[in-house]
Amino acid sequence: MQTQPTIDYALHLADSALILGQRNGEWCAHGPILEQDIAITNITLDLIGQSRLFYQYAAACMNESGTAEATEDTLAYLRTERSFKNLLMCELPNGDWAQTVLRQFFFSQFQLLLLEQLQHAGNEQYAAIAAKSIKETQYHVKWSSEWVIRLGDGTAESHEKMENAVNALWMYTGEFFIAADYEAVDVAALKNKWMEAVTAIFEEATLSMPENTFMQTGGKTGTHTEHLGYILSELQYLQRTYPGAEW
Amino acid sequence: MHIQIRKFYYGDIPEENTGGATPINHSTEQGWPLWEVFIRSKQGLDHKHVGSLHAADAAMAIENARDVYTRRQEGVSIWVVESKFVHASDPADAESLYEPAADKIYRHPTFYDLPDAVKHM
Repeated sequence: MQTQPTIDYALHLADSALILGQRNGEWCAHGPILEQDIAITNITLDLIGQSRLFYQYAAACMNESGTAEATEDTLAYLRTERSFKNLLMCELPNGDWAQTVLRQFFFSQFQLLLLEQLQHAGNEQYAAIAAKSIKETQYHVKWSSEWVIRLGDGTAESHEKMENAVNALWMYTGEFFIAADYEAVDVAALKNKWMEAVTAIFEEATLSMPENTFMQTGGKTGTHTEHLGYILSELQYLQRTYPGAEW
Repeated sequence: MHIQIRKFYYGDIPEENTGGATPINHSTEQGWPLWEVFIRSKQGLDHKHVGSLHAADAAMAIENARDVYTRRQEGVSIWVVESKFVHASDPADAESLYEPAADKIYRHPTFYDLPDAVKHM
């Protein structure tokens, strides 16, 4: 029998992957070039696949403990904004390509460190999902960090776009490392490694690390930016309008 | 006071507002070069030409090839070659290059009787 924190944690991990996947999916058919359009949508499919595994686990735990009857679909399509626990970073608008690849880099680098720990968090299901997801995430880190370097160390224009992206996104990175009470991995302990990795890539990309600044929080406990509502209204529209619709 | 109003788009975004790069004009120097992609499948011993794609450099070409040509487990190894380094025979020369071989069937090793002792041929 799994307890409420386990369920909440699975939902948190699932929500982050789902919402970022939904966001990246907006690039489908709008990518800067055909090959990159396919690359970003491949990453999207990886993320949505990961979210399914966590939702399925959360649903199984909920059904077993009798808290609620749930399936992966009801968890994705029928929960409201305040019950979503995704990181704020994931729900931010795509902005330009620089902002999209930087968001992916920040998130995937964090997710990689997290999944490595999740393998040893003493939960077989988490360990199995993490083991599968790590391989995908390693590629996401490689792909996104190469784009950060390419644009940061590119032309004056691409460098400026990257700096703007850093300024727009940095305040959403602090939340990664502030633990919610349901988290099974000590996220605060991941901060140094994450900073090291980001610093290394930023150096290569000739980007300056931002000063310590005010950090936004709230996503993990359901307090979101204005953007999440719009994502959910699109994501959930079909199931809300035609309950139980299948295809 | 400086007020910045930004319009956010959701869902199917109009093409002029996608924030993506302006379409690349391949006729100019600015366009990414073309690369030929070769994939070796799990069972295959050799790399086979599967198609081409655009990329800024070799590293990106390999990643693009991974995303474009190995999504359905087509391969375990990728080669990329910038298309400009591939030199090709001229199709107009086909007659003089290939037709002379057509009537020299004795070049095929099909006229020999193999002794029974020879195996694995």
